[in-house]
This record gives sequence, structure tokens and C-alpha cells, in this order.
Amino acid sequence: MNEQQQLLPLFEVFVRSKRGLDHKHVGSLHAENPEQALEYARDCYTRRSEGVSIWVVKSSDITASQEEDARSFYDPMDDKPYRHAMHYQLPEPVNNM
Amino acid sequence: MTEFSVNDAELEKRFQDRVDDEQKIEPKDWMPEGYRKNLIRQISQHAHSEVIGMQPEGNWISRAPTLRRKMILLAKVQDEGGHGLYLYSAAETLGASREEMVEALHEGRAKYASIFNYPSLTWADIGTIGWLVDGAAIVNQISLQRTSYGPYSRAMIRICKEESFHQRQGYESLIALAHGSAEQKAMAQDALNRWWWPSLMMFGPHDAESAHSGQSMKWKIKRKSNDTLRQDFVDQTVPQADFLGLEIPDPDLKWNEERGHYDFGEIDWEEFQRVISGDGMCNRDRVATHKKAHDDGAWVRDALRAYEAKKANKSEAA
Repeated sequence: MNEQQQLLPLFEVFVRSKRGLDHKHVGSLHAENPEQALEYARDCYTRRSEGVSIWVVKSSDITASQEEDARSFYDPMDDKPYRHAMHYQLPEPVNNM
Repeated sequence: MTEFSVNDAELEKRFQDRVDDEQKIEPKDWMPEGYRKNLIRQISQHAHSEVIGMQPEGNWISRAPTLRRKMILLAKVQDEGGHGLYLYSAAETLGASREEMVEALHEGRAKYASIFNYPSLTWADIGTIGWLVDGAAIVNQISLQRTSYGPYSRAMIRICKEESFHQRQGYESLIALAHGSAEQKAMAQDALNRWWWPSLMMFGPHDAESAHSGQSMKWKIKRKSNDTLRQDFVDQTVPQADFLGLEIPDPDLKWNEERGHYDFGEIDWEEFQRVISGDGMCNRDRVATHKKAHDDGAWVRDALRAYEAKKANKSEAA
């Protein structure tokens, strides 16, 4: 048996701390299936009323960019200051927009 | 996960209690069918407005007077596409599919902000759209940050953060024109003359005539009435026009000391009705352009699907 088969699949856990807020990543855990992951997440990550809703997502279903890719991903943003509101200098009387 | 057997009336009461208590409604909560329908209608119209709004501005990208203005305009139009995406996604959490929403737009069943059915004739229109149209949108969207539906509220917060650049760049470019040559100033005044009234129409009919307003306020989908938002917009915009030295084309516009607000003239509601029901200057053109862009992109979607299928076949074979 290789390691992959021995371990239960890994799930990432996201918790919504309060209605109206986004779910936020809090950690991960191993579980047999999503339902079990949800219960484990409840036991593990919300023991002190940390949340009102939990999402679990199989870690293998997440595609992530890497920090090493940052240059090709984000570099072009640095020379676009005009995307920011404060790039536009407006005279004091009308500066409240 | 626990199943309670309660009737709809009880569910509806709990829902309304939650709304009254200023708690957000989240996608998997029970909600009245009307609430869901009303939200899908409003959010998808809002999304369509963002996307259709790319057309009048896109019209000037290739003719922007300087490279700086061109980069700014490109960035702004790109933002609008992004805002459309945030909003379509919020509507999709309610069970509406993107295909259905786009189809409703193409078939004229879904509306979008009537202002985008006016043509952008001169460069001054671009500054004016940023100043007035985005300004009006911000007034509306700031109040919608407090809407009762969580995903819509979060989309609004994200959009408002980005929107301030839109209005400021527009106003900045109008300062250049209004404080420029006599000809440039006249061009800015002409743009204001054409865009002022359609901007006021963006807030919709008077409260008394507004079909969905009452229920939307009770459900806190809308937080401020059409007329209140319109007044907010007029009050904040008049001093900005004064600063530019431009004249708002409304002889009835004057400060009302007693009310602490500006009084202003009546909107041409016949024009509003005509444009919103499909008979404005650019309605057909806007929808046809959107449809063509969608159809012209079909080969890209086909190619992506074919590539995915090919990859799947390969990994099956291997």
C-alpha cells in the first residue's frame, strides 16, 4: 500500500465567522468523505463558537498559484498607479469623491 | 442538517425577523420565492448594466487624446467587465444560470440602466460619464453595501472600493477641459447638457410609481428609496459642477434653505419610459453588439471544450 491509499483524503476547511462575512480558510483535516470532514471540522475548528457556517473542499480540488509565479502574475500591476483613486489629485473643495 | 417541520408562514416570519435584525441572508438559507426572484432580477440587471456600460466608453479607447488617458480608460472599462462578473456570480448563488441571464438580456426580457442607451459623441462625454454616471452609481451602490443578501452586499463592497477611481478620473479629465480653451469648455458644457437628465433617471421612477420598491425596502434588498438617492446625488453634484464653472441644464435648480437640499426640476418621464422600454437612441445597437461579441466568441468556447475532451481521452487511453 502506498501512502496515498493509507491516509484519508485531505480537506481544506473554511469558516464563516458571522453572517454577511466571507468564509475564511482556517486549516485542514483528513476525512473519509465531505460529510465526515464537515463533522470533524465542527469538532476541530469551531469548538468556541468561531463560526456559523463551514465549507470543506478536497485539497486536491484546489488549484493554486505559487509565490514563485508572482513576477509573471502580478508584476505588470506595479506600473499601473492610475488604477488607484488617489492617483487623481483633485482640488480641496471637490476632493471628497 | 436537522430537519424541522415548520410551515411556510413560520419560515417566512423567521426570515423577516432575521432581516429586521440586520442579519444577512446567505445562499443556503430558506428565503421566500419572491425575495429570490426579486434579487435575481435586480442583481442580473445590475450585472447587465456593468457589461453594457463598457460600450459607450469602449467607443473612445482608440481615440483617447493621450496615452495616459487611453491607459486609464482601458483600465476602467476592464474594471466594469470585472464588476459584471462579481454581480453575475452573486446572482448565480441564487440558482440563476449565466446562460439564462445572458439570454434574457438578448431577448429584451432583462433590462439594464437606461443611461447606456445614449451615445458617447465627444471626448468630453467620457469624463462626464465617469463624473456623473459613475457618481450616480456610487451613490446607489454605497447604500446597497447594506443590502440584506450577503453575496450581493459583499460584491457591492468590492465594487465600491474600485469605483472611486472611476469617478475621480472622469472629473479630473473634465477639469482639464473646463479650465482649457473656450472650445474645450463648450464641449464639456455640451456633454453635461446631454448627460445630466439621463443621470437623474438612473435612480428610477418616483417612489410612488416604483413597482418593486415597497417590497424591496421591507426585505431590505434596497436600503434607500429612489427619490432619496436622487436627492443625495443632486446635493453632492451641484458644488462639483460649480467648481468646474459649468452650468447644470435645469432652470428650476436652486438651494432650498428650509429643506437643506437643492430643489430641482421634473424629469421627462416619457423619455424615461421610451428608453427603458427599448426605444432609446442606442438600445438595439447595444444589445446587437453584445450578442455579436457573444456569438463571435463561440469558437473560443468550442475550442476550450474540444481541448478538454481531447485531454480527457488521452488520460483515459494512458
